[in-house]
Amino acid sequence: MAEFMGIPLPVLFGQLLIGLFNGAFYAILSLGLAIIFGLLRVINFAHGALYMLGAFAAFLMGEWLGLSFWVLLIAAPLAVAAFAALVERLLLSWLRGLDPLYGLLLTFGLALVIEGLFQWRFGVAGQQFPMPASLSGTTILGPLILPHYRVFVILAALAVCLLTWAAIERTRIGAILRAATENRPLAEAFGFNVPLLMTATYAFGAGLAGLAGVLAAPVFQVSPLMGTNLIIVVFAVVVIGGMGSIGGAILAGLMLGLAEGLTKVVYPEASNIIVFVIMAIVLFFRPAGLFGKAA
Amino acid sequence: MTDLSLTTASRPRVMRLAVPALLLALLVVAPMLAYPLFVMKLLCFALFASAFNLLLGYTGLLSFGHATFFGGAGYVTAHAIKAWGLEPLSAILLGTLAATAMGLVMGAVAIRRQGIYFAMTTLALSQMAYFLFLRAPFTNAEDGIQNVPRGAALGLIDLNDITHLYVLVAGIFVLGMGIIWQVIHSPFGHVLRAIRENETRAQSLGYRVDRYKLGAFVISAGLTGLAGATKVLVFQIATLNDVSWQMSGSVILMGLLGGVGTAAGPSVGAGLIITIENYLATTGFPVQVILGLIFILCVLTFRQGIVGTLAARLRRA
Repeated sequence: MAEFMGIPLPVLFGQLLIGLFNGAFYAILSLGLAIIFGLLRVINFAHGALYMLGAFAAFLMGEWLGLSFWVLLIAAPLAVAAFAALVERLLLSWLRGLDPLYGLLLTFGLALVIEGLFQWRFGVAGQQFPMPASLSGTTILGPLILPHYRVFVILAALAVCLLTWAAIERTRIGAILRAATENRPLAEAFGFNVPLLMTATYAFGAGLAGLAGVLAAPVFQVSPLMGTNLIIVVFAVVVIGGMGSIGGAILAGLMLGLAEGLTKVVYPEASNIIVFVIMAIVLFFRPAGLFGKAA
Repeated sequence: MTDLSLTTASRPRVMRLAVPALLLALLVVAPMLAYPLFVMKLLCFALFASAFNLLLGYTGLLSFGHATFFGGAGYVTAHAIKAWGLEPLSAILLGTLAATAMGLVMGAVAIRRQGIYFAMTTLALSQMAYFLFLRAPFTNAEDGIQNVPRGAALGLIDLNDITHLYVLVAGIFVLGMGIIWQVIHSPFGHVLRAIRENETRAQSLGYRVDRYKLGAFVISAGLTGLAGATKVLVFQIATLNDVSWQMSGSVILMGLLGGVGTAAGPSVGAGLIITIENYLATTGFPVQVILGLIFILCVLTFRQGIVGTLAARLRRA
């Protein structure tokens, strides 16, 4: 069997694929965090809870309405986005102009409430979510074993990230968003409805989290606590990438997923903490993050 | 940064003497009024929250990783007593020193970022510590270190006697609060407040801001460890729960609810949260939901906390 540095190639490629798969989630989630932080100056601690909500929305709508995976892929994120828009209007908008730490604390409290309520209603055990039949196969290419669903998630995540990036960099709405991020009073003076833009931005970021939740549902189980540990890893990813750049968030997410996958091959015991170790190292040498501008 | 800084300026002189006197009296009668173990739990958490507040309230740094020091010290103390048969006071001291060392490491990395990034960094580092504790051979993973014997302080005073234990815990609480009081009112503490108010200005005045921040972080971590180590003696157990991010969240809530940047606030907040947790534990309703709601309420409407709001009222009157 082909080997690389003593590691069988199928094992190595398998872990790298899983790493890239996890990295896809990191990328979508940290992208949402970065967009929200850019305009609202809020670190959205509820991002993990919104991710969980996306998975549950898909699970429940699938159970009750019998919707197909492809419909859920659109419907569930929209539901999460609608919920998030309410949250922004009713809660977050009260914190404008305050220290960003308050936004972190508010969304932390929100995450506790949401996750607590779901835990109360559904218990901690995971719910099975069926994988779409059209994606349940596997292709074997030499040493490469490719489960279709995982490949689909990676490609879908890349597409979503690129589309988001293009929308922000190349469209008119994106230009307004960037203007408001750069200088809010000036954007308002030009007559743009910045509060509405903020609500929309939060809802969009939350929708991305919801989408990640739906994508995760068939592979990981749908459980009330599926987002709690994930969000902390994603925070580390964001610290590593530097919150300033959209591209940085995406790249850092994918790279750290890969790093995690590699660690699983080389030294499995450390795979839980490798992201945090990398964060500490990056902070030590480049406090602003890999892609961030100095604060 | 200025938003979190709630004024600590002068209170009426009578209050300044009356409050500590009242608290001391309360400390003496408390075990007669309530279940002593509950009072001791409360004291441990009050010290924990006050140590945490040294950082948030007086230096303007929000640490989301203080559970590492609280539970970490607990593990060290429990292991020292149970596996090495160390005398309890030395074990508490050892736990405190361990937490101080952990604070030095975490602080050195985290203070490289400011504000919100600092909070996220401490959270991430403390999650890493969580996994390390989970894997470490001496912590018994999910089971924790159970049935830690209380032993005899200095080999003489039997701590299985609840009165002895209470005196020890109350003594440690007073010692810890005294240290915090000293730090706040020392020149060092004034520099910390200057950093909280305006870090750039403090720096331009020639203060080595990073060293002060690290100093505050280490002191806070050490005192947090003292509280965590003492708690092990009270409950005779050290578990993963005490190093989890939920615990870090709880202590933030205690500070926030009681009043960040006030001397008594965190203790009041700790008392309330512990009482609520105890009460809800019997109902089956998830505590987390109530804590989350209090969090939201505090942030939206009550940012000065109970003691902060009361103090502001008194000043105006």
